[in-house]
Amino acid sequence: MKDKPHWLDQPHNVKRLWRGFLVVLALTVAAELLVHRHPHFEIDSIYGFNAWFGFMGCAAMIVVAKALALWLKRPDSYYGKDHD
Amino acid sequence: MTELVFHPGLVLIIGALILPLLRGALRAGAVVVLPLVVLALVWQVPDGPAWQTRFLEYTITPLQGDKLSRLFATIFALMACGGGLYALSQKSRVEIPAAFVYAGSAIGVVLAGDLVTLFAFWEMMAVGSTLVLWSNGKNTSYLAARRYLMIHLLGGIVLFAGVTGHIVQTGDVAFTRMVLDSPAHWLILIGFLVNAGAPPLSAWLPDAYPEASWSGTVFLSAFTTKTAVYVLIRGFPGTELLIWVGMFMVFYGIVFALLENDMRRILSYSIINQVGFMIAGIGIGTEMALNGAAAHAFTHIIYKALLLMSAGSVLMMTGRRKCSELGGLFHTMPLTTICGSIGALAISSFPFTSGFVSKSMVSQAAADGHLLAVWLLLTAASAGVFLHAGIKFPWFVFFQKDSGLRPAEPPTTMRWAMIFFAFLCIGLGVWTQPLYALLPYPVKYEPYTWAHVLSQLQLLLFSALAFFVMLPYLKRTLTITLDTDWVWRKLLPGAQSRIAVALRRAVAWVTGEGNDQVSGVIARLNQHGSPSGRLSSTQSTRSMALWVLVLLLGYLLLYYL
Repeated sequence: MKDKPHWLDQPHNVKRLWRGFLVVLALTVAAELLVHRHPHFEIDSIYGFNAWFGFMGCAAMIVVAKALALWLKRPDSYYGKDHD
Repeated sequence: MTELVFHPGLVLIIGALILPLLRGALRAGAVVVLPLVVLALVWQVPDGPAWQTRFLEYTITPLQGDKLSRLFATIFALMACGGGLYALSQKSRVEIPAAFVYAGSAIGVVLAGDLVTLFAFWEMMAVGSTLVLWSNGKNTSYLAARRYLMIHLLGGIVLFAGVTGHIVQTGDVAFTRMVLDSPAHWLILIGFLVNAGAPPLSAWLPDAYPEASWSGTVFLSAFTTKTAVYVLIRGFPGTELLIWVGMFMVFYGIVFALLENDMRRILSYSIINQVGFMIAGIGIGTEMALNGAAAHAFTHIIYKALLLMSAGSVLMMTGRRKCSELGGLFHTMPLTTICGSIGALAISSFPFTSGFVSKSMVSQAAADGHLLAVWLLLTAASAGVFLHAGIKFPWFVFFQKDSGLRPAEPPTTMRWAMIFFAFLCIGLGVWTQPLYALLPYPVKYEPYTWAHVLSQLQLLLFSALAFFVMLPYLKRTLTITLDTDWVWRKLLPGAQSRIAVALRRAVAWVTGEGNDQVSGVIARLNQHGSPSGRLSSTQSTRSMALWVLVLLLGYLLLYYL
């Protein structure tokens, strides 16, 4: 019945979403030229602070998580049949 | 008692006990209307003591109101209403009454004017929540409920010792602000922090909550940690230690949620993360920070319930809980997807959602106090929330690769509960006044400035970029990550059996010597201590729980005598 895949399942639409997303990202950084942010400290007066700090912060958290996983990861049957 | 004021918490608890007698539409009506009646009663509680009685040389105040108490009691009543509506199609007849006892006790805690009443309701919460967990009826839930109760009874004992010490020292039972100047106050703080999900016992939360039924987790997420936030706001505002406890919880929640595969365990870790923001705010302790912590508790209850409702719907309709088995559900569950995504945006403090207007007050307070390190960590953590809950949860459950599952939307009552809470998430984010007017201190804060909206958008959207760029590292695997519950699930039971083996060897060695006297003793020991003997017969957990109950009740009785 449903031959046509959902628009979100079509690769060219996903590509379009990506492009749109990147444009929005660029816009939020560019908007800083127009909107005066009120920096609280010296560090956040650097241009695009929230953009690079957010990105690097997330990257760092993923790296820490992966490092921790090397030590603490177990199969999910570790505690017996708990995780059926 | 000068005029007749009902106790909203007790009304909910008594109502909960009547609920099992009702059937059909009458029951459904009662489940939704009772919390609303309780909400109305909350607003009848005047400022200051409403119920007060002298007991021995102490003034007991079982019912007392002020803005902070009313804020929490209001959201607890709303939560009972929304959760009740959501759980109407739950087959277990124990769960909703248990949840209402739990909610009523939570309301009792936040309206308690003295530490004795507070403690009594605190313990009733533990009983109510254990029953919610247990009513799921599965063996895994039963075992999880047992571990959950163990930790909470432990926390309760620590709190009890602290309260007793405080009363002995000060001769006063009133629940007021405390400073960490005595062991008693430390014990009280520790007792509170256990329920907040603070380290090192924090693992009780992600261990227990995901083992409840699809609706049980929704109730569990709301009350225990948030009453802990309430008592910390009232009891220990401005305690610097709490900033660092909060910071730890914030990052612990993110890192563990990033590694998690079970969708409701992701959301459980994210509860700890969110409570961390509140506790850090309490540690900062300015009016702005405390307002932020209180407001964030209020908004958090709603969006976390919404997230868990969407997860519960998925669990109910698919019977699956692992991200690695889910995905592509947006095809046939659009409403659940939208509601879950609204909850995910709200938890991430996206502009025009409730999280945006509450959490930012804590960050603002850190900036106002020139706490650079705290502010930087809070900012990074805000980005991390979008990463672990804001995107990860909806992405792996509703989108990502298509799992081929095509479940229908959940039953009507569940859909309405989700719509109700989604509406609140947006409503509170757009119209800030109603929430700000409820906060304990006057609000001198405007969340919607161009600068703030832009900063937040940058932060969140670039976190999203980080998520998608690093997606290969976030692929879900069939694994769990060891947490501190390993100590009481593996290490201690393991040590116990090792000691038993060592003892048996020692006994074998002694008897091997052929000493008659020793053999006689051994024989007698064997008589009682053998597997079938009296001393080593295994006590059922039920009788253990009964004895603990008797012990605690006896304790309470002795305390009053």
